[in-house]
Amino acid sequence: MITYSNKIKEIAKRLLKECRAEMVIGFRKGSIPMMNEPCFVRTDEQADDLVWDSHCGINLANYLTSRDEKIAIVAKGCDSRNIVNHIVENKINREQLYIIGVPCQGMVDKRKILAQTEGEVLQITETENGQITVKSANGEKTFSKSDVIQQNCSVCIQPNPVLYDEMVADPVQGQTDIDQFADVRALEAMSTEEKRAYFDELLAPCIRCYACRNACPLCYCPTCFVDESKPQWLGKSQDIMDIKTFHFLRAYHCAGRCTDCGACERACPVGINMRILTKKLNKDCLDLYDWQAGMSIDKRPALDVYQTNDPEKFIK
Amino acid sequence: MKVIKIDKAQFADGYKALQKVYKLFGPVKEKAFYNFKELVDGRQADLSFQNTRLSPKSIVFPQSEDMFTYTLDEASKDANQLKPVPEKNESRAVIGIRPCDAKAISLVRMNFDTQEYKDPYWLNLFNATTFVGLACDSPCQSCFCTTAGCGPYHEDGLDILLSDQTDHFLAKELTDKGAKLMKAAGWKTKATAGLEDKKKTAESKITAKISTDNLSGADTLALYNANFWEDASFACINCGTCTFVCPTCWCFDIQDEVHAKNGKRMRNWDSCMFPIFTVHTTGHNPRETKLHRVRQRFMHKLKYFVDKYEKGIMCVGCGRCVSQCPVNIDIRKISELMNKQASKNICAVQK
Repeated sequence: MITYSNKIKEIAKRLLKECRAEMVIGFRKGSIPMMNEPCFVRTDEQADDLVWDSHCGINLANYLTSRDEKIAIVAKGCDSRNIVNHIVENKINREQLYIIGVPCQGMVDKRKILAQTEGEVLQITETENGQITVKSANGEKTFSKSDVIQQNCSVCIQPNPVLYDEMVADPVQGQTDIDQFADVRALEAMSTEEKRAYFDELLAPCIRCYACRNACPLCYCPTCFVDESKPQWLGKSQDIMDIKTFHFLRAYHCAGRCTDCGACERACPVGINMRILTKKLNKDCLDLYDWQAGMSIDKRPALDVYQTNDPEKFIK
Repeated sequence: MKVIKIDKAQFADGYKALQKVYKLFGPVKEKAFYNFKELVDGRQADLSFQNTRLSPKSIVFPQSEDMFTYTLDEASKDANQLKPVPEKNESRAVIGIRPCDAKAISLVRMNFDTQEYKDPYWLNLFNATTFVGLACDSPCQSCFCTTAGCGPYHEDGLDILLSDQTDHFLAKELTDKGAKLMKAAGWKTKATAGLEDKKKTAESKITAKISTDNLSGADTLALYNANFWEDASFACINCGTCTFVCPTCWCFDIQDEVHAKNGKRMRNWDSCMFPIFTVHTTGHNPRETKLHRVRQRFMHKLKYFVDKYEKGIMCVGCGRCVSQCPVNIDIRKISELMNKQASKNICAVQK
């Protein structure tokens, strides 16, 4: 990871020096274990702050929306797919961007580490061969990285950027023969009553902080439907129907656009796996239209085009 | 102030006695983390917790709270009348609230209980509640209470302070409310030792700091216009996590909800991080960008509050916003930037 960090610093400095970019968007080291802070740098000195490790799970495409500068951006596989989305949806121009591609080896899920560590996590270190060592108030423990990465990373189909101007390293081996949608099939198999109970339990801890929505690069509406006040569309209390309406409707707004980057789940302060909702729609898009979001800037999204052979079995 | 010794073996009996008199709240482990919950069916507070994910402010300031109800149904005898929500004034007690969270409630009180205005909803719940604190012997790495006007054995806002002494608790009675609870529990063995030794040890464990010493005298506009805000606010996604997990954030939004012929007015937690928080009816938003909103949150906590009340900062150093922010905005770093800027201001004036 140090080699990635060094390469990112080197590229950032070069781009700023050559005036290829006004700013470079990346991560700087966080102030607590397992957290990094998205940041922008404009000078050589600031570029030294840029880092890359397994705690860069926030999707940086979120920071590009409607900006007008010439920007260099550090992008792992899913970030690059959301940059593609942004370009296709006219939220940024390709010409404005210099994409520094990072072959991704998965992002650590801090909740998995916390759940398996006795005592408060004080420090976390990572070796090049995929070992994660956690120093806690009660001692030291080593994990294999593959056991503690985010669930979306463990079923990731695109760890390498789909669109880039320069890579920081050689592409990593992508995963083949993975079952992306086992959890969705389990949900589909439930009866209506079971689904209702499942969703009630899933969303009960929600405090409506909207971290999931705001961490999502797709959620760039100037006014979200939950914030509409003239007229108001949704109640603002802890009523479970209002909470469910928010999550379900937001998922539908992401249909055919979601890259399963996991930023929503990662951002949630109360650990809700709302990804199950967007994943169901991802699976439908794949089954019905052979569509996966953000793979190419030359293709229109599945729900944006009509084709004569579109399936219509669901029209009754 | 009396100090009582409670053997851990006696704790369960006292608990049972308390449950007859009080509605009890305490920390319990949910799936992956602790939160304060009402303790029903004899459930006990799990006092082995380090910190809860959300603060216990909801015990006196629920996230959603009804204010009054009405019906337009002419068949009802109460048609077209506002009906106050029945007062919740049964005795309640929180077992195991941390000193930082209790201090936060006394800070929040400055907003809800003033000379000019007394918030009946907040005060009803506050007055009905006895706060039994649990001193913090293993503070988190992200805690900075000792530099935030608080501490692991701080007593402000508490009626009783418990200190865990392995096989027993020492309970310091701080108020009459506290004495009443001790009596109800039947805990009365006078202790010979005090809490001082453990207090010193606990305080020495807190190494994280917040710097605020230059802020009260500093030029507000110079801080407001400081050039670090763009960099400091860049990562912020304007979610409500920091404000909702914060024990001292007190903002709320009033909503009317109507279902057919029945309606109610309620209030819900609000967050200065949300764009809609300040939108005027004209559509104009005086805090249109995230820079405005992030600056507001920190200026309120670390500058406006300091100047208005002269009671220190509106933060108790619980560290929740630091550990829960999805993009690592850290109040300790921001306060450092503000404090440095403020020291520059003073120098400029002296020149």
